[in-house]
Amino acid sequence: MADPMKIRAALQGDVVEVRVLMAHEMETGTRKDASGKVIPAHFIQTVSATHNGNTVFSAHWGPAIAKNPFLQFKFKGGSKGDKVQITWTDNQGDKRTDEATIS
Amino acid sequence: MRARFILAATAGIALAMPVLAQTGASADFQKFRDVMEEDNPAELFEARGEAYWKTPSGPKHASLEQCDLGLGPGVVAGAYVQMPRYFADVDKVMDAESRVVHCMVTLQGLTYEAVTRQPFSNQSGTPAHVNVVTYVAGQSRNMPIAVPQRHPKEREMYQIGKEIFNFRAGPYDFACATCHGTDGKRIRMQDLPNLTRPEGAIKAVQGWPGYRMTGGLMLTSQWRMNDCFRQQRFPEPKYLSDTVTAILTYQAVNAKGQIYRGPGIKR
Amino acid sequence: MGYTRRQALKAGGSLGLFSALVALGLVKPGDAWAQAWNKGVFETKSVADALKALGASAPTMTADVIVTAPDIAENGAMVNVAAVSKLPKTQQIAYLIEKNPNTVTAVFDIPPGTLPEVQTRVKMGQTSNVMVLVKADGKYYAAQKEVKVTVGGCGG
Ligand code: HEC
Repeated sequence: MADPMKIRAALQGDVVEVRVLMAHEMETGTRKDASGKVIPAHFIQTVSATHNGNTVFSAHWGPAIAKNPFLQFKFKGGSKGDKVQITWTDNQGDKRTDEATIS
Repeated sequence: MRARFILAATAGIALAMPVLAQTGASADFQKFRDVMEEDNPAELFEARGEAYWKTPSGPKHASLEQCDLGLGPGVVAGAYVQMPRYFADVDKVMDAESRVVHCMVTLQGLTYEAVTRQPFSNQSGTPAHVNVVTYVAGQSRNMPIAVPQRHPKEREMYQIGKEIFNFRAGPYDFACATCHGTDGKRIRMQDLPNLTRPEGAIKAVQGWPGYRMTGGLMLTSQWRMNDCFRQQRFPEPKYLSDTVTAILTYQAVNAKGQIYRGPGIKR
Repeated sequence: MGYTRRQALKAGGSLGLFSALVALGLVKPGDAWAQAWNKGVFETKSVADALKALGASAPTMTADVIVTAPDIAENGAMVNVAAVSKLPKTQQIAYLIEKNPNTVTAVFDIPPGTLPEVQTRVKMGQTSNVMVLVKADGKYYAAQKEVKVTVGGCGG
């Protein structure tokens, strides 16, 4: 199973800044292993963030996002103590959802 | 125990001579790394290490929560900036990595061979002890380096480390000091920290464990030291050998009083 | 995104997963186009094809889109790229890396209430222009910046 994300969500004025680190190989599908076999592509394709049930951000990624991806975005309308939920799904059908409390 | 004996050569090594030169890009690179430091993927490994620390596993089905890192069983906060240090239970000086492996063996009942079969991270994965070391290091973030020099064996380790640091040998007659003994040296694009002074030595301490962008691997001080011995065309030390503990002691003591801001992020 | 829901569903790949998510109640069927990943867009191999696939053939180059990335990346495995759009009604931000094997690296949807500002890290195989494409009020704009890469990042 995929490892938890590291999510920071901080209210600055009326803007919530969200910073996320995700544990993922982001394998391009073009590299070879020691025995010369191509390592199959394995990368996050979609990321979405919700706050109070509304989608506040979504992303579609290709394999050229760096390994162990970092993402930052900002939205309005959040308050301290609210939850922000982030979900990613990858091309092999793995997914992971984590949440953070706005501080 | 003297450096000359520890370093007795066991392998033939000769590669291209590295070129000592001056270039201008390193300020840009520092800026680039600063951006990464704020959200360092090393944190993902800290989280894995913390989970391992707290979860029972191994033949004895025990967690590492009773591991004594020098401040008493289970005390993690602040332990890293006080290592390497003397541990009475084994009557020797250990660095963080050696101590974590020691705890996995004694508390969890794993064999030393099993824990160290894969000493360093590679494309096939990150060994559990590397995650744990990263967690332990992260629990000393923003604390001053305070490696003890009270016990005679701690002082002896420092002296041995100093001797190794200045020991010239190999096909190029290099010592660590050749590259790291004065200010302002560079190889290609890489700044070479002066490890004899606090401002330089702290770079060595907080660089590793570090997340290496090349390959996206979490690598430890032990790995860094092995790579330096290799770069110096010396035989690679055995994993967790006293040679490396001595060098790590020398660097960490030299960094005394500097604030630890690791785990690091490196090219 | 610049493609219809039907196209998105046809694009496949994540369709099985998508149905599963719908079944689990994790995704509302109406979220279809926001969820399905468009293979056609991500497999383009030139800026021209990428723009076409995104429905943005001739974007207006503008200083209202700001691309922040290092002049020189010490390591192409991890290059921080930030984008800010000052254009009203920004709906979407995309990263295109000219010299990478696949041009389109990321497409971000910016719903109302979300700031048109995003930051992520990309892999770059070699020195290249990084283009940020912005869709605002139905029209396309772009800006780009060259990033010199000293060690390529596509090996891993
Ligand atoms: C031929 C020159 C050379 C010699 C000799 C050498 N090193 Fe290094 N060392 C380097 C270079 C180059 C780097 C930087 C590598 C990089 O940035 O990837 C480095 C990096 C380091 C670092 C990491 C510093 C940081 O900022 O993370 C440490 C610690 C270190 N060396 C210790 C040693 C020790 C101990 C020895 C002796 C066993 C040694 N080095 C011998 C060239 C040398």
